Amino acid sequence: MPRMSEAVLAINFAGPHVAIQDEGRHGLMRYGVPASGPMDRTSFAAANAAVGNPAGQPAIEVSMGGLVLDCVSGDVTFAVAGGGFIVEHAGDKRGAWMVATLRAGERLAIRPGHWGSWTYLAFAGHIEAKTWLGSMSTHSLSGLGGGRLAAGQTVTVADPDVRDDRHGPIICPVIARPRSELRVVVGPQDRFFSKETLSNFLSSPFRLSDAYDRMGVRLQGPSLAPSVALDMPSEAIVRGSVQVAGDGVPAILLADHQTTGGYPKIATVVDSDLDAFVQLRPRDHVGFLAVTPQQAIENIRLRAATMSRYLAAVRDGPWNVLI
Amino acid sequence: MSQDSSASSGSVPNYRPVGGHAVLVEFGTTIDRRIHDRVVKLDAALKAAPFPGFVEAVPAYASILVCFDPLVADHRTTGAAIAERLGAEIPETIGAMREVEICYDPDLAPDLAAVAEASGLSPEDVVSAHLSGDYNVFMYGFAPGYAYLAGVPKAIQQPRKPAPIRGIAAGSVLIAGPQCLVSTLTMPTGWWIIGRSPTKILDAASNDRPFLFDVGDAVRFRRISRAEFDARCLA
Repeated sequence: MPRMSEAVLAINFAGPHVAIQDEGRHGLMRYGVPASGPMDRTSFAAANAAVGNPAGQPAIEVSMGGLVLDCVSGDVTFAVAGGGFIVEHAGDKRGAWMVATLRAGERLAIRPGHWGSWTYLAFAGHIEAKTWLGSMSTHSLSGLGGGRLAAGQTVTVADPDVRDDRHGPIICPVIARPRSELRVVVGPQDRFFSKETLSNFLSSPFRLSDAYDRMGVRLQGPSLAPSVALDMPSEAIVRGSVQVAGDGVPAILLADHQTTGGYPKIATVVDSDLDAFVQLRPRDHVGFLAVTPQQAIENIRLRAATMSRYLAAVRDGPWNVLI
Repeated sequence: MSQDSSASSGSVPNYRPVGGHAVLVEFGTTIDRRIHDRVVKLDAALKAAPFPGFVEAVPAYASILVCFDPLVADHRTTGAAIAERLGAEIPETIGAMREVEICYDPDLAPDLAAVAEASGLSPEDVVSAHLSGDYNVFMYGFAPGYAYLAGVPKAIQQPRKPAPIRGIAAGSVLIAGPQCLVSTLTMPTGWWIIGRSPTKILDAASNDRPFLFDVGDAVRFRRISRAEFDARCLA
């Protein structure tokens, strides 16, 4: 017998990399544990705010593989935010960035649209899932945390709320659009590369390759082979590190990156540009713009202020978003 | 580079900005116990007296990454806070002694014979050498709970395999060069598998003390029989 205070959702189909994520598992990099959490933290935050949840509540991250689920019992208001995904629900076909209520017997399908790589499905309620080290974020390498979703399983939302007052669109802000010019702080191993290589890195267009998952994405472009022997001892890596393997191929490390590595990092993408970067797709172009460490800090602070104004407006309701 | 070599012997580390939210502090460029001791000391000093905006520190062989909240701190204030803590007296003892059980039975140690042959020793000599090692936790990395221990005796050191082998069981005791590691997840590895341990380095079920080691701990391996190994695994 289903409890009154829950909604039960049966997964009909889930593509690869569809998993539960909360705000991440922070402060454990020293034990080899990356933060994980949403690839696009901006859209994730928008989805939670749109259904009135506190920041960081677990949601379902949906990749370009898509997700189809059936509401078996209970009614619950949901939001989909992130990318140009298509949402099919109760006979309606709409773009992501919307809030509606899923009722018992209804099907919800989320499929990729004309842009974006990740979208977030948040519910007004509490997703029940496994916690690992204090977080439900799914670590893709081990599957620990809330876990990946697969056809045949059910997801339960406890204490579901129906919020008709929130139905409607969510404005997709400029900061959630894909960004193809990435600000970087050069280093910490720029000294391992020749002047020409460094200049190639900053002036050439690169493309995202198909080697793109939650750990990182390899880029196609001119070779950035290091000019010295690769004998550095392994050291810590951050999300946004542009790591160059011995073959000269750069990779940008993302939410589930390994915490340490022995390959040199030519630069680090400023964190405030990463959410928009991950919404690019394989074969999209990307270029790098060097900024000073102080400019990076200023970018992050400006972006944080914009984000908090935006989220406050989304939390206020669907028609009050003026950004 | 002259700047780097002076850092390995002198007192002034290199500070390198990492994006907009971290500083990498480099004490040298080699895997060396004295250099690592300075990493561990700074790590302890940051833990004892975190500065405003401190988020986390990630110690490695010769460097430590110090992450800060860019809304509160910046690279300059973080660098200054680190400099202030470099000579700090650390009250507590750094580094506990941890014991790790290991069973060397052949089916749990598929590479023991190969390591013996390459070292010109008997498998029993390899076991004795491995047990005699003076191990320290230098860093975690690669995957959750993967603690890199340095201290494998020279006589049994082997370069890593040319290609990784997939699906190696969690708990495998692996060696490569001077390093030893007890795996915590089923993973590929190009290191040599010389035994298996029931000791949980990462206890995924525990929210209380999920990781056995801290960076800086000393580690001793204790040989156990197959019967003890099986009993531990059932426990």
